[in-house]
Amino acid sequence: MGNMREDLQHAVKLARIELTAEEEARLGSQLGDILKYVDKLNELDVEGVEPTAHAVPLTNVLREDEPRESISHEAAMRNAPKTANGLFIVPKIVE
Amino acid sequence: MEYEAVIGLETHVQLRTRTKMWCGCANEYGAEANTNVCPVCLGLPGVLPVPNAEALRKTALTGMLLNCDVPSYAKWDRKNYFYPDNPKNYQLTQLDFPSTIEGFVDFEFGEGTERVRINRAHLEEDVGKSTHFADHSGVDFNRAGVPLLEIVTEPDLTGADMAYEYLNALKAILEYGGVSDCDMEKGQVRCDVNISVRPIGQTELGEKIEIKNMNSFSGVRRAAGYEIERQIGVLREGGTLVQETRRWDDAVGITESMRTKEDAHDYRYFPDPDLMPHTPSEEWLAEVRASVMELPLARKRRLMADFQLPASDAEVFVGDAALGDYFEVAANGAKNPKAVANWVMNNLQAKLVETGGSVADVKFEASAIGELVGLIEGGQINSKIAQDVFVKMFESGKSPAAIVEEKGLSQVSDSGELEAFCNEAIEANPGPAEDFRNGKETALNFLKGQVMKASRGKANPQMVGELLKNILGS
Repeated sequence: MGNMREDLQHAVKLARIELTAEEEARLGSQLGDILKYVDKLNELDVEGVEPTAHAVPLTNVLREDEPRESISHEAAMRNAPKTANGLFIVPKIVE
Repeated sequence: MEYEAVIGLETHVQLRTRTKMWCGCANEYGAEANTNVCPVCLGLPGVLPVPNAEALRKTALTGMLLNCDVPSYAKWDRKNYFYPDNPKNYQLTQLDFPSTIEGFVDFEFGEGTERVRINRAHLEEDVGKSTHFADHSGVDFNRAGVPLLEIVTEPDLTGADMAYEYLNALKAILEYGGVSDCDMEKGQVRCDVNISVRPIGQTELGEKIEIKNMNSFSGVRRAAGYEIERQIGVLREGGTLVQETRRWDDAVGITESMRTKEDAHDYRYFPDPDLMPHTPSEEWLAEVRASVMELPLARKRRLMADFQLPASDAEVFVGDAALGDYFEVAANGAKNPKAVANWVMNNLQAKLVETGGSVADVKFEASAIGELVGLIEGGQINSKIAQDVFVKMFESGKSPAAIVEEKGLSQVSDSGELEAFCNEAIEANPGPAEDFRNGKETALNFLKGQVMKASRGKANPQMVGELLKNILGS
């Protein structure tokens, strides 16, 4: 495990959230507990076990290329805080 | 010191499917904003995506056309980032087990043929489309979830022009395969360009600079040309290059820094738990393989070899595959395939444009064009009459021989009959006849024209010319 404080700050930055010093201390120790718990998996001997991306033994779950009715425009926009000209309005995107 | 450029391209192409990648919403350009949307492509909670089988087929087909392997196992991963055009806050893509890997594209460049290796072509999804206003942006999610193929080359391209020709060849292949319409105007093809330079002879690559989101091939060529010069300039002046992402400003014709490696994204890829892996069976692959067709470059070479066509004609038939198919039937067994090509490219094409039809609507058999050429070459009709015959063929669908027979259009090659026409023309036009005798060669054309007119176009023009000369010269 790396530096817990750095890990927390990186996660906070990626999640685009801000934490108070108190939250940082509390969440930092909680995150530490979670990582320690997950770390237990490293105690398992997985020598000879193929890594897998899925635990469910299913493959090729596909659908044919047949159009289906979409939802109405009104329904699609209903939860948006702000709309105009049929668009979802968001803060100006500049990169 | 001399430098060389190393270029790799990541080309994103929208697949031609009826529906989106994970839901049944229409994959359609130009619809009213946010009308082809549903809970799946809007990224609402609790939904389950289901992959589009046709998109997987087209991906595998593309792989085959690009000489790639189609591995027996592919899976999807989440690429996590926040951006308003990305409704789920992750993009579904294929990180370490893509649907196709390791191929190549051969393309014409300069006098020869070049090969660029393909690292992979993997399947992912497009994002929404943003429109920017003065103080806010608007997002349309009709495009979100449209199947998007990312075709990644190895860094085998050595210059801006070469990159440009590769892109054109790639586009031709994808259009041929019916994989994508590759409509640049509709944003169906976008390109990221990776460029570095290094001193000639050095094996390790220089610092990689990425130019993001190019939407035209000519833009790629200009941006790459600019960037190569810029990087060489920096090194020549003793500067250093850092790995960064740059943006091409097409209006000004320069690239500008967007972000450097320090603030590069951390995408936290992980396998998507909602999507099961794809494991194509031999039967499935065989079915896809059955639709593999001849590639444009191969077809061009074959048309040039089999029908002795010049490169420009072969390119016309490669560019318009339906017309090319038509030509091949028409020219099958023809003694003069080039003449058949001319009829198809000029007369037939013009008629189709005029009537707004396609080759599928042509009433006569393709082989009739070969017959028409045969009638001209055999001296049965002259080329002027042949034009009329063609128009009648196009209108009625009748064979050229039948039309010639019916309308009495056979060329008059009987010298007695022609001589009579010639004598009449000379008598009626003593001036030009005299001019010719006095050495004015062009006067002959006038007399020839009179004979053709008198014979209602049916006279054999070569014989007429010779007869006139004989009569006037004696």
